[in-house]
Parts: sequence; structure tokens; C-alpha cells
Amino acid sequence: MDKETIKAERTQEWRLDLRKQIKAKERTAGIRAKMTERDPNVRNKNSDEVNMGLARELAVAEAQRCLDCANPTCINGCPVGINIPKFIKKIEVEDFLGAAKVLKETNTLPAVCGRVCPQEKQCEAQCFYTLSLKKDPVAIGFLERFAADFEQNSGEMSIPEVAEPNGLKIATIGSGPAGLAFAADMVRFGYDVTVFEALHEIGGVLKYGIPEFRLPNTVVDVEIDNLRKMGVKFVKNFIVGRTASFDDLRKDGYQGFFVASGAGLPNFMDIPGENSIGIFSSNEYLTRVNLMNAAKEDYDTPVFSGKSVAVIGGGNTAMDAVRTAKRLGAEHARIIYRRSLTEMPARVEEVKHAQEEGIEFLNLNNPLEYFADKDGRVKSMKLQKMELGEPDSSGRRRPVPIEGSEYELETDTVVVSVGVSPNPLIPQSLKDLEVTRWGTIVVDKESMQSSIEDIFAGGDIVRGGATVILAMGDGRTAAAGMHEYVQNKNK
Amino acid sequence: MSKIIEKEFFSENVARFEIDAPEIAKSRKAGHFVIIRIDEKGERIPLTIAGSNPEKGTITLIVQKVGVSSAKLLALNEGDDILDVVGPLGKATHIDKVGTVLAAGGGVGIAPLLPIVRAFKEAGNRVITVLAARNKDLIILEEQMRKYSDEVIVMTDDGSSGRKGLVTHGMEEVIGREDVNLSVAIGPAVMMKYAALTTKKYNIETLASLNTIMVDGTGMCGACRVTVGGKTKFVCVDGPEFDAHQVDFDEMLLRLNAYKQEEVDAYERFLK
Repeated sequence: MDKETIKAERTQEWRLDLRKQIKAKERTAGIRAKMTERDPNVRNKNSDEVNMGLARELAVAEAQRCLDCANPTCINGCPVGINIPKFIKKIEVEDFLGAAKVLKETNTLPAVCGRVCPQEKQCEAQCFYTLSLKKDPVAIGFLERFAADFEQNSGEMSIPEVAEPNGLKIATIGSGPAGLAFAADMVRFGYDVTVFEALHEIGGVLKYGIPEFRLPNTVVDVEIDNLRKMGVKFVKNFIVGRTASFDDLRKDGYQGFFVASGAGLPNFMDIPGENSIGIFSSNEYLTRVNLMNAAKEDYDTPVFSGKSVAVIGGGNTAMDAVRTAKRLGAEHARIIYRRSLTEMPARVEEVKHAQEEGIEFLNLNNPLEYFADKDGRVKSMKLQKMELGEPDSSGRRRPVPIEGSEYELETDTVVVSVGVSPNPLIPQSLKDLEVTRWGTIVVDKESMQSSIEDIFAGGDIVRGGATVILAMGDGRTAAAGMHEYVQNKNK
Repeated sequence: MSKIIEKEFFSENVARFEIDAPEIAKSRKAGHFVIIRIDEKGERIPLTIAGSNPEKGTITLIVQKVGVSSAKLLALNEGDDILDVVGPLGKATHIDKVGTVLAAGGGVGIAPLLPIVRAFKEAGNRVITVLAARNKDLIILEEQMRKYSDEVIVMTDDGSSGRKGLVTHGMEEVIGREDVNLSVAIGPAVMMKYAALTTKKYNIETLASLNTIMVDGTGMCGACRVTVGGKTKFVCVDGPEFDAHQVDFDEMLLRLNAYKQEEVDAYERFLK
């Protein structure tokens, strides 16, 4: 959304009136709303959502804190450019459905983003309260979730307007956040959009990766259903490049492809014993539980409900895995992380929730080797203690091994969560596609166009492992880029 | 959803399915596999494609009853639907004219071997096929194999068909009398292990098609990892075929039993 529109909307009468109603001083005197959370000792035994959302009165009070700044810096912090003050002011006047509509002008999945975005590093980091007042920022994320949930529960979902169909066929490969954001914008421009998904469920990482206690599947399904109502078509169990080739689809009339196939190749550490039974990638562990419902008795897919589970890594996925292990009944659910809490890449909120739920943190510890019993099942691991040295290229202090500090820890299940690499299926099927030496697809940053002119790409297959919202931002950028490309081609 | 067009029992526990999957029927090559999920509560299981009919739009799968999922599949009939079928997955077999190919198939592994035998034959190779199983009933596709092989040797543990003995006996016999340029072995992990040990003695390049546990089958989960030449590989995207002399079959045999107890429990629940 351009600055002029944002400015013009800010000077609409209702916004002018609203700003006058409460003095800025009173607004800034308010205290940031707290999220209602389920009891840690109850929630760590079930899959109920941890965060319960804001009550109506709390949301309105929180919306009043927003100063509706002349220069809304918060918007700069949002990868999909939500008109943040506008939706918050809609909440202030209690037009909650109106607020949801504003969100959906630029964000396909507001109920998802309101839950999983790292707002503290994005919009809320750019809030006037953070930057100038040195106070807690407006709880933009909580408010986004409030408006989106209100709409989902109202049964009056608004369907964003779409342009007259132009009959031009576009394929999206992968139905995760990048693919869904792309599909929404393209269908709005009037294209005939089909999303191809390799798995048997639509949603990508939102379904197989992020657990129910953080993002319920029903929330995701409502948003996908909305896309369907906008005209997006979905095809499951279809691997572009395999089930049919790009050329087959070109012959079927597809004019452009957006590759959003994700970072589907888990990294392992390549240490002795790592292929022992009971050692999983976080992708496998979470997929078994989230996508395949392995923890439910009447589903066929099995999963280990270990008594002593060690999760290697300090990212959000590691937190998801270790909290899942706790919920499956682990007596010891541990994080093994080679740096300290300060360097941990997981969101502060996730770490806090994990601590409350009884997760043990073995920070400054690094696995060196796994030991298995005669059946090949992991029974223990050798750990080395670490200390922090000088900062490395990431700006974080480098972990340095402490010689002679090795010790053995018993464990019956290990989840390795040390990052992912790009999925090789698409690059394998396209010989001329330019990829980096890590296997990510090379694109032009402005348009997300790859070295093959009708193929665009975004999300983790380009970034190598990032967040839901950055993937969605890529989807939107790619949609703008492809719109221009296809229009020029058909001139 | 994919409809079962034809079903035929080869023996009590082994059946052939022809399944409606027009895109896969067109795009699949020898060596490829599919992942299927039978119903909403089912698990995702990999099955190597035994053949296809692009005109009819069908693929052939041959299934042996080993656990709950295969038992559920064997209980389905013509006209029933399989909820999810996705593929073709894995790398196709590299087919070339190499001279003489010694193909060894064990039990239900004979099924995925058939398209490979056929492809090598059609590429102008001399193909000698050794089929092995516990008994006569478990020797499948013998007729079709004869069609695409210069010679077929049948070995059974009990001597109820062909000669009494193991797959390796048949292989040794061929290697002893003529030059073999390439060997392909598909079957139970333990059979492939010994087939590989046999050809290694004679320094004959050998491919094995591995059938590990998988979940997504697209490289995402790593359940299928194996050690090949000291490095961890994913069967789904790096394989399923590997240099058999480099595969750590002992590790693979252990990993195949990862859910043994769970499988036994689940099967008991299934029978109830």
C-alpha cells in the first residue's frame, strides 16, 4: 500500500474525530494488554491452544493505546505491509469485522500471522512506543489475532473482492504461507490460479510443522476456505516436475509458475550414531504428530513417546518439538543448545512458554556422539560443554568447546532441529534453473523471477529457512512481479 | 482419490492392484515409487511401481501383507478407492547398454524388478534373471520375467519350484559361467545384503533398490535415511537405488525394525 493512500485514509473524518476523543497523554498512560494463557501444568498434557486471545474490552483498551501516528513506522516493520493504524482504529470504534477486512487487504492469513509472527522483531519493534517512548509497544499481534478470530467466529467472513477473470492460468507449487499469499494476490488480479500440493493436506508447514497448541488446524482451514471462495483451486497429491512436468503444464496453458516448495530437507549434524533408531529430524517428529495424528490411538502412524527426550537446537521448531514431546508424556523433555539463552533464535514468548511447561534447558551443551543398544535404539548421548567466545559473522557470540568437559546423558528419543536445506525435487527436475551452492533458487529480489522467465520463486526455497511472514512477503512480491511479466507477455 | 480397477491375488498374502492414476501412468519410469495413504487414518507407505498402462491411465502395484496398512490394502476390492496416491517419486533407474545384466529378485521384490529388467532388455542388454522366494507360491511374475529375460533361474528355499537354494546360489552359477557387467538386486534387505556380498567378490557393479520406512517421501522428514559409502543419504530423494557395495545393510536392517513393537500391537488391534 502506498504512502499517499495511507495518509489520505488517516485524514478521513472518523479517524480525525477518533484521535480527538482521547488525549495522547491518556493513551500513553495505558498498560499493554496481557495475553490470557492456559495453565502450564494443564496445557502441557493436551494439545489445546496455549494463548486464548484478548477479551473484547481488553482489545478495545489496547487499541486506544495506539496514537495513530502521522508517520506510522510500524507498517515499515511488516513484511506484507498491513495498514496497521487503520485496522487498530477500527477495533477502537468496535468495528471488528471492519478491522478484519483491513487486514485482509494485504494479508491472506491474519489469524495465522496474529499467532506465529515474531511481532517483537517486526511491527512492534518499529512502534512509536518502542522507538521514542521506551515503553511496551502496542500489542499489534494480539490485536491482529483478535480481529481475525472475531471474524472467524462471527460466521460472517468477508471475501476480498477479485478482479474480472482474465482467463490466464497460473500455477503455484506448494501450499504453505508463500504459495497461499501469492495465490490470493493473483486471484485478486483476476488470474485463474491453481495451487499444487505434494502432501495430502493444504497448508504446508502450517499443517505439518506448527503444532496444534500454537496454531490450531481449524484456524488454518478457515483461511484456506476463504481462498477457495475467492476462486483459488487446490490440487493435492501432485508434484510439479514429477506427476507432470513444467512443459506438460505449459502445454495445458499455464503462463507462469511460482515455486514455493519450502525448505523440505532436514539437516543432521553428521556425528557418530546419528542414524540410531529413536533419532528423528524435527520435520519427521512434528509431521508424525501434526499431519499424521500419530499420537491418536486410532491412527495408524506410530511415534515414539519417549520418557527422556532431547531436542537439539534453539529455534522455534526446536521449541515446538520439545513441547510436543512433553505433551506426549516425556518425563524429561530437554533442549540441548550450544549457545546461551541470549543467543537463542526462538521467539522469547516460545522460550517462556516452554520454561513454564517444565522444559529443561541444557544451554551451552553440544552433542558429540550417540550410543545405541543391541537393537540399534539410542540409549544415551555424549555431550560437551561450551563457553561463549568472540562474536561470529551472525553477530552472536561463538560457542567454544570446553576441553575435557564431555559427559554422558541417558536419552531414549532425540529430535534434531538444526535447520533445513532447500527441497531438491524442483531443482532436480529443471536443468536450466540457476541455484546457489546451498540449493536455494536464485531470483531477482524485486520481482522474484528465476533464471527461467516464466518461473518465479519465494519462501524457504529461496531463503533457505525463514519465517511464515517473510515467506508471505515473498509471495506478494512475486505476485506483483508475475502480474507485470504476464501482462507484458500478453500485450 | 484413485480407484482400484483390477485386483488379482498371486497367493494368500500377495496381490496385484491396477490403480487409476493417469498422470503417474504417463510420467513414471523404471525404478520410481509412489506413496499411498489408504484412508483418513492410514499411514503413508511407499510402494515401488511394477508397471503402467498409459493408454488406460493405470499403474500396477504389487503388495504383500506385512502389517496393518498392507492388510487394509489387501482387503480392498475392485471399485474401491485409495484416498491418496502421489508420485512418481525417487530417481529413475539409469538404463544403459552395458552388456550382460544379472537381475536378482527376492519375494515381492520381484515386482519392482520387472520394469527394470524390461528396460535393460529393451536397451539391448543380455538379461539373466534369478527369482527367489521361500516357496513356489511366493514366486511371482515368472511368465512376464521370461518375456523380458534371456534366461530365468528360479530358486526356492524348499525346492517347490525351480531349484532348491538361495538367490546367491543362482547368481554364483551365472557369474561362474559368463561375464556379468552389471547386477541389480531387489528384495528383502537381508537378501540384498547377501546378493551384494556375492557380487562384491567378483567386483561386479551392483544396484540395490532400498525399501525403507518413509513418511512424506519427498525429502522432508529423513525417516528413510541410510548410510551409503559412509555418508547419510535419503532413500526418497537420493535413491531408491544405490551402489549395493556401499550400502550399510546392517544399519538398514536395524532401522527397518524401528517400530516392530508398535507394528505388532497395531496389528493385534486391527484383527480385533
